[in-house]
Amino acid sequence: MGKLSAVWRETNHRYRLVAHQCGNCKKMYFPPRDICPDCHRESIGKMKEKQLSGNGRIESFTIVHDAPSAFARQRPYVLALVKLDEGPILTAQIVDSDFSELEAGKKVRAVFRKIREDGKGGIIQYGYKFVLE
Amino acid sequence: MSGIVSYGSYIPKYRIKPDEIARVWGEDADSIRTGINILSKSVPSPDEDVATISVEAARNAVRRGKVNAGDIGAIYVGSESHPYAVKPTATIVASAIGADFSLFSADYEFACKAGTAGMQNVKAMVDSGMIKLGMAIGADTSQGAPGDALEYSASAGGTAMILGKENVIAEINSTLSVTSDTPDFWRREGQPYPTHGERFTGEPAYFRHTINASKMLMERMGTKPSDYTYAVFHQPNGKFPTRAAKTLGFSEQQFKDGLLTPVIGNTYSGSMMTGLSAILDKAAPSDRILAVSFGSGAGSDAFDITVTKNIEKMDRESAPTIKKMLSDVKWLDYAIYAKFKKKIIVGDAVE
Repeated sequence: MGKLSAVWRETNHRYRLVAHQCGNCKKMYFPPRDICPDCHRESIGKMKEKQLSGNGRIESFTIVHDAPSAFARQRPYVLALVKLDEGPILTAQIVDSDFSELEAGKKVRAVFRKIREDGKGGIIQYGYKFVLE
Repeated sequence: MSGIVSYGSYIPKYRIKPDEIARVWGEDADSIRTGINILSKSVPSPDEDVATISVEAARNAVRRGKVNAGDIGAIYVGSESHPYAVKPTATIVASAIGADFSLFSADYEFACKAGTAGMQNVKAMVDSGMIKLGMAIGADTSQGAPGDALEYSASAGGTAMILGKENVIAEINSTLSVTSDTPDFWRREGQPYPTHGERFTGEPAYFRHTINASKMLMERMGTKPSDYTYAVFHQPNGKFPTRAAKTLGFSEQQFKDGLLTPVIGNTYSGSMMTGLSAILDKAAPSDRILAVSFGSGAGSDAFDITVTKNIEKMDRESAPTIKKMLSDVKWLDYAIYAKFKKKIIVGDAVE
């Protein structure tokens, strides 16, 4: 049940890329953080929700061949570090692309996809992945 | 008058041709192409389902119409392949587009016309003043058993329509429905693939409902086929809507723009609505559209629509057009198709 609570708590940022911006130094954090690690106590109560555009560029990527069981059907798949236009860098799959099309620096945009299913009767987790722009 | 304020569609990028399916089952691809007029069909990625397709279509509609998602007062999702038996797809869509907590919502099922049933419901709610804006979605990742005729046509895609009274790009002048208890096609609870009632599929089901709903609406409106710029019908294959259109007296010029099944297959609940989306991509003010869906079981929803001047103010390219989605594709062979469609069991994978 703890995992289910985590899935539910993270809905905003996984579904809509909702980040937190420090009201003090304006730095953007994704996943959201309650306290800015640079401003510490000065950021308390000043972390504001900001929806990210979902647009960014590939920083780096790798091709996963030895996949966890939840991703076995998608094997081989691409896992990338994506730098969003607003600053945060996140780890996500790049889908619907041939590996030969991928290069660091290429533009990507976020799409809404199924991340995993918790067994045949469990909850279906959705969230962001990226496609080439 | 109330009508369509914005629209958005989503068609998965992957496609398979009948030649590839026919090769595996030792059938004649030419007879599929010429017999039911299917040249290719869309295939969902392993991580795509009705929720993801609905969200992408909904986001395209919100973006294209510059709509504040918080102003949407109702979301209805019509499909026969909702990911959950119990937990509405509409809740996932609402969360993903950032709709308000104060929201009417439900999932609908009426075979291939559940999305248009949602449009009628939303229109009634807008007309009655219950809501300012409402969204109706028709989407499916339809099922066809390996080797079954449906495997050539059952595809994936969806369309979202936002209805309201302000900034309407296409007024819905009138709508009506016909319904009968007809055993043409069904899927029992827990069954992975549907069953079709063979001889009931054509005349007693598709043609009776589609043609009668079209005639009844034209009679109500005092119109004839030549009064319409476009006509779009439910498209289980390329042949049925063409025959229905010609029987009613529509020319190819009127129905060709909304006829997508030959290239994307049958998107079920998304079928007629996605054809309408393709028409709205190119329609001009004063264009009149007859749009008629069909759902097995059986019934039809008919809409008489007039495009307004507001469509010229809309940046229709601000979300992917149908033309763009038809041009940006990746072709699959049957092996990868079988993997994507879970026709191959992957060990003890939890998915």
